[in-house]
Amino acid sequence: MPEQIKIRTLTQGDITDIRILLQHPMETGQRRDDKGQSFPPHYIQLFNVLLNGKPLIEGQLNTSISKNPLFTFKAKGIRPGDKLTVNWTDNLGDKRQDEYTVSQT
Amino acid sequence: MQALRRKLLKGGASTALLAPFIGSGLLSPKALLAAEWQRGAFSARSVTEALKAHGSSVAQETRDIVITAPEIAENGAKVEVDISCSLPGAKSLAVFADKNPLPLCASIDFLPPALPFARIQLKLAETTRIRAVIRTADGKNHVAFREVKVTLGGCGG
Repeated sequence: MPEQIKIRTLTQGDITDIRILLQHPMETGQRRDDKGQSFPPHYIQLFNVLLNGKPLIEGQLNTSISKNPLFTFKAKGIRPGDKLTVNWTDNLGDKRQDEYTVSQT
Repeated sequence: MQALRRKLLKGGASTALLAPFIGSGLLSPKALLAAEWQRGAFSARSVTEALKAHGSSVAQETRDIVITAPEIAENGAKVEVDISCSLPGAKSLAVFADKNPLPLCASIDFLPPALPFARIQLKLAETTRIRAVIRTADGKNHVAFREVKVTLGGCGG
């Protein structure tokens, strides 16, 4: 079971920073263990950020994104109570989706 | 719409079956491709090939894209890179690390009200130039570069 996506927001004035932590090994397929066996590639290929159900960010990733990557995006005019949904799909077909409601701060 | 597209694709619907939809403009071929992972561009082994597959071989260098990255990265396994852009109509961003085994790191589309900004954590195999390509609404590509020195590579582990 893939681990939870952590979502946080920080609004300053009109602009909101959206921080997203995707917990994933992001294995490149180039790393080898002690016996010289390579770890198979395992990485997120697609991820989406939705604001109140409408696409906001559509991302495609490669193996060269770090393990457990943290992303920051910015958007204008996000209000308390707005709902952010983040989902990802990796190369093995695993998926994870989490939601976050923007709080009053 | 997207869910429908996926179903159609997953169901192995033949082109013949989809053709009437494409013709009617209900499903444009471009829209069909947009949701899919760009395998060609992501598996390209050199930056020239990756740029070609991504369709950004021709790009104008600009000062309106700002890449902020550490000058020297001690650990290539996690290098935080900030990319912001002040070009009007910036629609998508592609990040390349020229000397990585697979140069294209990420491709991100911004839909309003998202702003053309991204902070991304990359793996860098060795000292390399990072290249950010922004595509604007008029279909033009703009590019900016930034060199990052890496003392410990991020691919071997």
